[in-house]
Amino acid sequence: MDFFHVLVVLLESTIRVSVPLVFAALAGLFTERAGVFDISLEGKMLGAAFAAGAAAAVSQSVWVGLVAAILVSVLLSLVHGYASITQRGNQIVSGVAINFIVAGATVILGEAWFRQGGRTPALVEGARFQVVNFPGADAIRDVPVLGPVYADLLSGHFLLTYLAFAMVPISWWILFRTRFGLRLRAVGENPGAVDTAGISVIWLRYRAVICCGILCGFAGAYLSLAMTAGFVKGMTAGKGYIALAALIFAKWRPVNVMFACLLFGFLDALAIRLQGAPLPLIGQVPVQFMQALPYILTVILLAGFIGKAIPPKAGGVPYVKER
Amino acid sequence: MDDIAIELRGIDKSFGLVHANKNINLRVRKGTIHGIIGENGAGKSTLMSILYGFYQADSGEILVNGKSVAIRDPNTAISVGIGMVHQHFMLVENFTVLENVMLGAEDNQILNKGIAKARRELKRLEQEYALEVNPDALIEELPVGLQQRVEILKALYRKADILILDEPTGVLTPAEADHLFRILDQLKAQGKTIILITHKLREIMAITDEVSVMRRGEMVATRTTRETSVEELAELMVGRRVLLRVEKGESRPGDVKLAVQGLTVKDSRGVTMVDGVSFEVRAGEIVGIAGVAGNGQSELLEAIAGIRKPTAGTVLLNGRPADVAGHADPAELRSRGLAHVPEDRHHVGLVLKFEESENAILGYHRDPRYSNGVFLNIDAIRRDAEEKIGKYDIRPPNARLKTANFSGGNQQKIVLAREMERDPDVLIIGQPTRGVDVGAIEFIHKRIIEMRDQGKAVLLVSVELDEIRSLSDRILVMFAGRIVGERSPEATEGELGLLMAGVEGRKEAAE
Repeated sequence: MDFFHVLVVLLESTIRVSVPLVFAALAGLFTERAGVFDISLEGKMLGAAFAAGAAAAVSQSVWVGLVAAILVSVLLSLVHGYASITQRGNQIVSGVAINFIVAGATVILGEAWFRQGGRTPALVEGARFQVVNFPGADAIRDVPVLGPVYADLLSGHFLLTYLAFAMVPISWWILFRTRFGLRLRAVGENPGAVDTAGISVIWLRYRAVICCGILCGFAGAYLSLAMTAGFVKGMTAGKGYIALAALIFAKWRPVNVMFACLLFGFLDALAIRLQGAPLPLIGQVPVQFMQALPYILTVILLAGFIGKAIPPKAGGVPYVKER
Repeated sequence: MDDIAIELRGIDKSFGLVHANKNINLRVRKGTIHGIIGENGAGKSTLMSILYGFYQADSGEILVNGKSVAIRDPNTAISVGIGMVHQHFMLVENFTVLENVMLGAEDNQILNKGIAKARRELKRLEQEYALEVNPDALIEELPVGLQQRVEILKALYRKADILILDEPTGVLTPAEADHLFRILDQLKAQGKTIILITHKLREIMAITDEVSVMRRGEMVATRTTRETSVEELAELMVGRRVLLRVEKGESRPGDVKLAVQGLTVKDSRGVTMVDGVSFEVRAGEIVGIAGVAGNGQSELLEAIAGIRKPTAGTVLLNGRPADVAGHADPAELRSRGLAHVPEDRHHVGLVLKFEESENAILGYHRDPRYSNGVFLNIDAIRRDAEEKIGKYDIRPPNARLKTANFSGGNQQKIVLAREMERDPDVLIIGQPTRGVDVGAIEFIHKRIIEMRDQGKAVLLVSVELDEIRSLSDRILVMFAGRIVGERSPEATEGELGLLMAGVEGRKEAAE
């Protein structure tokens, strides 16, 4: 295997593992820009993945699975919204609670319904997403350089993969070019300005939270309907937190979010690739170290390279009309 | 011009047990500037928030241009032509001026079209009312005066005919305030109606046509400004006669207690804020430092108090250097007889979440009267606090109440009681009456004079020139980090104003 081929394989798997990160980080972008901190991306993604796996297994339809994922995720978002917007609770506590509840509930329900140790039944074709092959992909695969790039990097991914990357400019456009986006960003900075302009702070924040739910639904559905064929307990494995880290690393900007997710995805792909392979000068590296590498690098990147990340000013603070 | 723009009939509003507005009646004539004056907590802001639809009145009626309107939310208020400039600006700091003006009045779901239209409209408003501001500037990069202008533009953009300004000069320098008043005059000339809420009597006299006075939730009087006086308004506000002019005898200066020599202080960005300042304060005199905010007074105070390290120069306290080996320790300075009433009581002077008695000993908590080294003597602390509450008339008289629940004037009294009751040799005070109501100002001024008469050396820093003039025995004027002149308190306001603006000082320094 020549270097170029290795690179293509590495980038292809980077894209594959980045998709849930992109969805989840964009989800977080919507709520956090509106001033609601959301640590429950992880829980929503996991809940959505379970709902998708379960619904697809029962109905044998991938679309039913996708809709179930979005519904469950939006529902969890509304719980977070009710606690932190309407009841003005602590947003971190609410988010952590959702993560815990989902982590437990998916296993209990999975065991009760399917009796496969917390898994959902393996999905057959038709109940899971298939890869989309671009026209002529196979024909030009052998053309040097362009061939593999077109056939392996651009073509041959799931529909949700293309959607994830399309969501980056779409999110940017919504946030920076629409009235909804202007108001959403304003409410995350100074809800008083929004309130005195005659706009409902509460309804605006709920809408942001619902956007977050929909995107987390896609992230979860991707995990159990596309990346693998069914739900496995704890399958998000901290991706929600990595997405949150990517969001901070990207300073709450959509295009930066994509690049941050790709970087974290690349580290993940690299770790998988290097497992068991002896490194020059160092020799054999324990598997555990390679698996921990993305997380170690996350810490280093966040601590050292991010510069000053200024979160939305009203983030984490419930809005109370001053008396 | 005798039309009534706004009429309030029997407005009543309670928040829980607090009866904020009691049966308020008010008529505001079209095309006039109508002042609403009252002490902090008199209910002015609540009343205006009701008019702007931020709160709902429990009962009462609002008439706009003679028609009864139910103002349920700011949207309704905007639609009947009411605009509000809030005390704390309602601006999104990392948005541009244009985005802030548009917010909530964007016209289209997609911004592009609206932006072009808003830009044109903003241009027109700027020209019509001489309110120039760069539409693409970020709010956070604008000085406060311009931010306020954006708030006014926001209201005009929404086609407001009636403009409410809530304490608009609280954050402005005197020059900016003058500028604002010129703008308001111009708006009036264009036929707008303006309601100005303030607790500053001077502003009312300077700009309003009529003035209504509120006290403890009630509207106690409405006067034509030309036919009233500062004294009458002050009495109406407080409910008793108030001495606006401080009475004090001759000072009898003694030994030098505080000497500052060649003091130079840089701020955190490395900018020189105090530049080789030297002066002395003697026992039994009040030395006032006048100046426009931001000319180094704050840094000077902090350096003397030992909070900020000077880069050069010395401070002598009772003839001995205040800093030992280049390190001044505020606790050490306190034990040597320096008391400090900081400019910013919320962030430096008090811990707002503590109860009153805890704040009353803050900084002196190591005193053996209050502590045995490990445990605090809570009983002694509370007894001590209650004594001070009585002596300084702190209300409500409850040593266990959270400090945040006291009014600004009473919070300031807590700080003053703590520092003055230590019987210091030197008392340095920053902005003693900022955010303090008229009744408490009188009390605080009396206490400061008393300290002087007891033979303390008092250094007073204030941006209120009236205060400096009425309390000080000598006035030093600070400009751009230097002391540009010394005057007696008899100096005219104009003379001091020129020094404060750095005009006279340069000449003097050159001679």
